[in-house]
Amino acid sequence: MAVIGVEQLKKNIKLKIDGQPHTVTDFTFTKPGKGQAVYRCKLKNLITGNTFDRSWRSGDNVEKADLSTRQLIFSYIEDNAFVFMDGETYDQVMLSKDVVGDNAHYLIDDGEVEVLFFEDNAIDIQLPNFVIKPIHKSDPGVKGDTATNVTKPAYTDTGLELHVPIFINEGDLVKIDTRNGEYVERVNAKK
Amino acid sequence: MANTLSELTLRSSLSRLNSLKQRSDLLQALRRFFWQRDFIEVETPIRLITPALEDYIDAIPANGKFLRTSPELHMKRLLCEGAEKIFQIGACFREHEHGERHREEFTMLEWYEAHCDYRKIAGDLHELFKFCSVELNSRQEYFSQELEVLSLEDAFAKYAKISLEESIENNNFEETLCFEVEPHLGKERPTLINDYPASMAALSRKKQNAPHLAERFEVYVDGLELANAYSELTNANEQRQRFQECRDLRKSQKRITYDLDENFLQALENGMPEAGGIALGVDRLAMVLSGAKDISSVLAFGDE
Repeated sequence: MAVIGVEQLKKNIKLKIDGQPHTVTDFTFTKPGKGQAVYRCKLKNLITGNTFDRSWRSGDNVEKADLSTRQLIFSYIEDNAFVFMDGETYDQVMLSKDVVGDNAHYLIDDGEVEVLFFEDNAIDIQLPNFVIKPIHKSDPGVKGDTATNVTKPAYTDTGLELHVPIFINEGDLVKIDTRNGEYVERVNAKK
Repeated sequence: MANTLSELTLRSSLSRLNSLKQRSDLLQALRRFFWQRDFIEVETPIRLITPALEDYIDAIPANGKFLRTSPELHMKRLLCEGAEKIFQIGACFREHEHGERHREEFTMLEWYEAHCDYRKIAGDLHELFKFCSVELNSRQEYFSQELEVLSLEDAFAKYAKISLEESIENNNFEETLCFEVEPHLGKERPTLINDYPASMAALSRKKQNAPHLAERFEVYVDGLELANAYSELTNANEQRQRFQECRDLRKSQKRITYDLDENFLQALENGMPEAGGIALGVDRLAMVLSGAKDISSVLAFGDE
């Protein structure tokens, strides 16, 4: 991948450091009047999430990280891997549990997700902001409890726990915000 | 909604106009200060064949020449021709310098005075600070105080985890200065840092009783480096040698080098009076007088 001079550093640029992809989350240019310029970056490792500071001097070079995204369709779970398919090439792509993490709760059969690749390895998945999931388990609401904003625990088909209004029943479809895991609204079944 | 938006636009354009007005007041104050002291204002070339050789300052190419990184060499030639008190306010250009406190194009004030050294310049700088703060009615209490004076070595000892010597040996002088020392300078009153190693002052005279040090100082306000001053080097041979060393360093780092300014060296050979000189960032002075944190706030088109 391309090697660039540190003069080209800026916020959000992606760099390969010690073999791993990083994003520059903050960037400061400083230079004593007569001294060498110092480019100080706050960096975030895109795989581990670790953050740290690193400085470079004028004249130094850095390597850009080879990152790309692909739209993949979720197929099924096999052993400890999540199997996706590329809708264009029909290639199968296996993602490990480590990469999918808690996002597994929001996967929908045949649902599309954006997968971030570093070189040839998938490193992260980006869900749509909202997904629709069925409620598999939830106790019925207590009769007579008519106060507004009363919620009860419920579980989706993937075992995600969330709080829903008491009028939600098992088998209902609900819209969930994947960024905070919160219930948004009830959705009428299309069937 | 439309109301709120236009109010916002109005407010931001008012603050913009206000900052333009403040800058205009500052430029007038600076000129008045020097006129009152019998300085003459000069304008020297902006496109140069041979920009001043500095270890870590790069010039921007301009159609076969370079944009000046400072008017220093031409102004010193005027001293050689007999001018005694000169000042200049104008744009200078330094490649790849861009950040909250830097622009590739910025405004510099430089002044030079014959038959004196950097101590006289320090006194005048203090007077200039007082004058501007009164004229702009800004931070008068802060700027009326005597400058705090610290040697570079003491500043490191006071604020950094390692000594000046260690930082040079470890090759992290710049990082230590920028991140550990500078933020503490000029907090209560302007701070003058002096006694720089001779190797860090290509155009400055060495101290007579301590030749490993240069007669150079820098002044800081609010952690911001505002100005750099020298007792000017007047010896042509020594100057030529330092330029050559600087060229060698740049070559060894595979960076662009510039030819030696033979007109300047010839002028030194013909004779340059003892002199003190200083370069002060006008944008930064405007920043500390107005409390701006980002240089773009004091520029007419700071985001372009």
